[in-house]
Amino acid sequence: MEPKVWREMGLTDEEYLKIKKLMGREPNFLEVGIFSVMWSEHCSYKTSKPVLKKFPTEGPQVLQGPGENAGIVDIGDNLAVVFKMESHNHPSAIEPYQGAATGVGGILRDVFTMGARPAAVLDALRFGPLEEGNNKYLLSGVVGGIGGYGNSIGIPTVGGDVYFHPCYSGNPLVNAMAVGFLEHRHIAKGIASGVGNPVMVVGARTGRDGIHGATFASVELSEESESKRSAVQVGDPFMEKLLMEACLELIQADALVGIQDMGAAGLTSSSSEMAGRGNSGIEMDLSLVPRRETGMTPYEIMLSESQERMLVVPKAGREKEVEEVLTRWGLEATVVGRVTDDGMLRLLEEGKVVAEIPVKALTDEAPVYHRPSQEPAYYQEAKNISLEGFALKDSVEKVFLALLGNPTIASKEWVYRQYDHQVGTNTAVVPGSDAGVLRVRGTKKGIAMTTDCNSRYVYLDPYIGGALAVVEAAQNIACTGARPLAITDCLNFGNPEKPEIFWQFEQACAGVAEACRVLGTPVTGGNVSLYNETPGLAVFPTPMIGMVGLLDDINQVLGNQIKTGGESIYLLGELEGELAGSEYLAMFENMEAGALPELDLTKIKERIDFLLALNKAGLLTAAHDISEGGLAVALAEMTVTCGAKVSVDAKDRLRALFGERLGRIILAASQESAARIEILAAQSGMPLHYLGISCGESLTVQVNGSICLDISLNQYRPVFERAIRNIMNSGQ
Amino acid sequence: MKIGIIRFPGSNCEVDCLEAWRVAGQDPVMIWHQETSVKGFDLIVLPGGFSYGDYLRTGAIARFSPVMDDVVTFAKSGGLVWGICNGFQILTECGLLPGALLRNAGMHFVCSPQYLRVERNDLAFTNKYQEGQIIQIPVNHGEGNYTIDDEGLAGLKANNQIVFRYVTSEGEATEKGSPNGSRENIAGIVNEQGNVLGMMPHPERVVEELIGGVDGKDMFLSILEHWERRTQRGA
Repeated sequence: MEPKVWREMGLTDEEYLKIKKLMGREPNFLEVGIFSVMWSEHCSYKTSKPVLKKFPTEGPQVLQGPGENAGIVDIGDNLAVVFKMESHNHPSAIEPYQGAATGVGGILRDVFTMGARPAAVLDALRFGPLEEGNNKYLLSGVVGGIGGYGNSIGIPTVGGDVYFHPCYSGNPLVNAMAVGFLEHRHIAKGIASGVGNPVMVVGARTGRDGIHGATFASVELSEESESKRSAVQVGDPFMEKLLMEACLELIQADALVGIQDMGAAGLTSSSSEMAGRGNSGIEMDLSLVPRRETGMTPYEIMLSESQERMLVVPKAGREKEVEEVLTRWGLEATVVGRVTDDGMLRLLEEGKVVAEIPVKALTDEAPVYHRPSQEPAYYQEAKNISLEGFALKDSVEKVFLALLGNPTIASKEWVYRQYDHQVGTNTAVVPGSDAGVLRVRGTKKGIAMTTDCNSRYVYLDPYIGGALAVVEAAQNIACTGARPLAITDCLNFGNPEKPEIFWQFEQACAGVAEACRVLGTPVTGGNVSLYNETPGLAVFPTPMIGMVGLLDDINQVLGNQIKTGGESIYLLGELEGELAGSEYLAMFENMEAGALPELDLTKIKERIDFLLALNKAGLLTAAHDISEGGLAVALAEMTVTCGAKVSVDAKDRLRALFGERLGRIILAASQESAARIEILAAQSGMPLHYLGISCGESLTVQVNGSICLDISLNQYRPVFERAIRNIMNSGQ
Repeated sequence: MKIGIIRFPGSNCEVDCLEAWRVAGQDPVMIWHQETSVKGFDLIVLPGGFSYGDYLRTGAIARFSPVMDDVVTFAKSGGLVWGICNGFQILTECGLLPGALLRNAGMHFVCSPQYLRVERNDLAFTNKYQEGQIIQIPVNHGEGNYTIDDEGLAGLKANNQIVFRYVTSEGEATEKGSPNGSRENIAGIVNEQGNVLGMMPHPERVVEELIGGVDGKDMFLSILEHWERRTQRGA
């Protein structure tokens, strides 16, 4: 075989030699194609595996950790939450609507293959500045695609986050997370076992779309990426809705041994992974696979990423039942092969063997790379830049309004108004708060969910920044009154073959791991998206964290807005933040620099526990964590319906109002509860500062005895609420 | 009360309607779109969603579902039919209600709390509200821009068929108050006889405080009250 063949499929010469050795012979074209997708970064995690091994993955609440289609955590009463996050960055860069839509479709399938009815979707999005290039088009397309798919299938989109930064111009990040609920007894797995059991393809027909999508996701974007548009799949939410109903029906009837989504690398990955988990083999005749086009080769059938398909292994004798259920929902189910015990993935075409590969060679024998890692030059440089002596660049009011109108901070209403966030009638906290919250029908429980990552922090200090992504997620969960349970992650980085990028990756993952350990939120799965680069520019390291939390009593759910006057407002945490990595510094000094505040995870954990204890005792009315833009912005977000008069007893106006430092939360409570809260804080040594009281129709802030901001709600609210809409509607 | 909720492939608010009726103390049944009879029901609900994936045109394929023939017969003989969102679109497609629903004026899907003005409270669907009452019921659609020709509109007005209008928080039916550019801010209408109602907003989403409000609950209670009164009269 010409080296050109495997090189074009993304395999190195060494990898090809390894394949030859594992096979004991020269592989044919189809076999090389199968190896190339299974050994792609997307499917094999060959670069990231040694790093991911360091994540904590166990805990009493974990029912299913990494390695399955999605993670599962216990929430008591024989109920569980299934959740997972996945990236669809490269397809969305090329074809934003379909790229994002199929991202949602894929992650929903990961959840319902586990047997859970999806209950919610969240989307973590990163774009370049809206004023630049085609970023408006990308945001518009991605939001349209998420809405188009989620709304149609009838799963509410209840949260997520959106940031804008030049590093994402041309390489947006589109990370979709899905959350579902199920009873323990309905947990399904992606496993093929039981010699002779049939193997069935169900759902949509197989076409030529998305061939080599997994490989496409594992290279940098370039000028030629446009020509790979055919590697982007096209979604059909109607088909998926029918497929979801049919699959859930089959799982609940206990008709299946195993079921797996045909996502990246389609039939190839689903069949080999199911056989791999079952320590079995699979034999399939590809001429039996229902196709939507004629003349498809075995290669095309195996590598197609046509959407809305599943591979299922029914229990012996129940294939008729599978067919019946699928037919009722207007879909096809076809027996294409059977489970064997010889450990081979054997493919036939009209009875003739066209490929024969040991399953374990595809899964367990995939190469693992220990990439060289090197601290990038910018790291110490940026860290050593002194920010002392920086003073406010403009009036407090001007800075305040500019920050509120910054699209990263401004209300994301333009985005979430396009998503159905209420279908299912379980959404107790809608988008716009710290985290989305759903009730669990039939119980008193609620599940909170969020996605977070400030990649500027991660860029400046990957270890601390990685940990802070988990911290912010935990704070957002806790601000609804829910206890953080576990995370899923989407690790978006540049090209790991560059030692500086790999260093970012190692450091950020170590930070994530440490925060998960201290906060008690194990990693239950996720995905790795490397090669997020356009010529000359890698994205900031962005380990997106998706977290779920449990509220024992949904009636104790907290929002982040103060609704009435006369409430006492407190700050839990330090009075001043820092300028390092702050939004203020980027906007007004055009700098992304400084040493992030030292990380004390134990202290943050204690504060979260304190907040939860206060809420459990019924003492709080609202809570909001302080993140981008600092205290002033957090106060503004909390007071959009009722103003406040607050006073901060700090020396440095700039750092008190706009400095950033995680581990700080604003609390609101009725005056009757205030005394009790202060006593509890004193008893447990919590740094609790009284800020003031909610009242009137304006926000008045005093620092160190002098009033520095006095602005009416009617003046700042529209700035905050309309910033993104105004940019999107402007004709640029 | 015997309530049937039609389930088309692609419906996605049918369970929400069922749960809302449970809050109102009733226990409806689901009717698969391939059934051919709705005999014996007191109310038929056409729920929201994307029946048949909105292919061709919203509601355009669902009207040909086997069950729809009998729903039309049921409506014509005076049976109560309530179409919400996609259900409203299906009712205009099958001719039980006049007009049509176009793409939203802003071209975007809109999911948002929405103020409505109750224009009529003498109906089976609205007797618990006050005439002119301002209520808040969320909208959730991409194609809710109600349109009708001049003659049709004159007819709607002459027969007092406009039931809900989109309004501002102050109760004004202006462009500012409308989420989708509907003609005359129309959010919901009835047929001339008053037994078939179609509306774009989702009252089933606001029947409990925990999930966003209770302004929709009175629609369910109105229908119940109407049915109870009629049953008592009949008995």
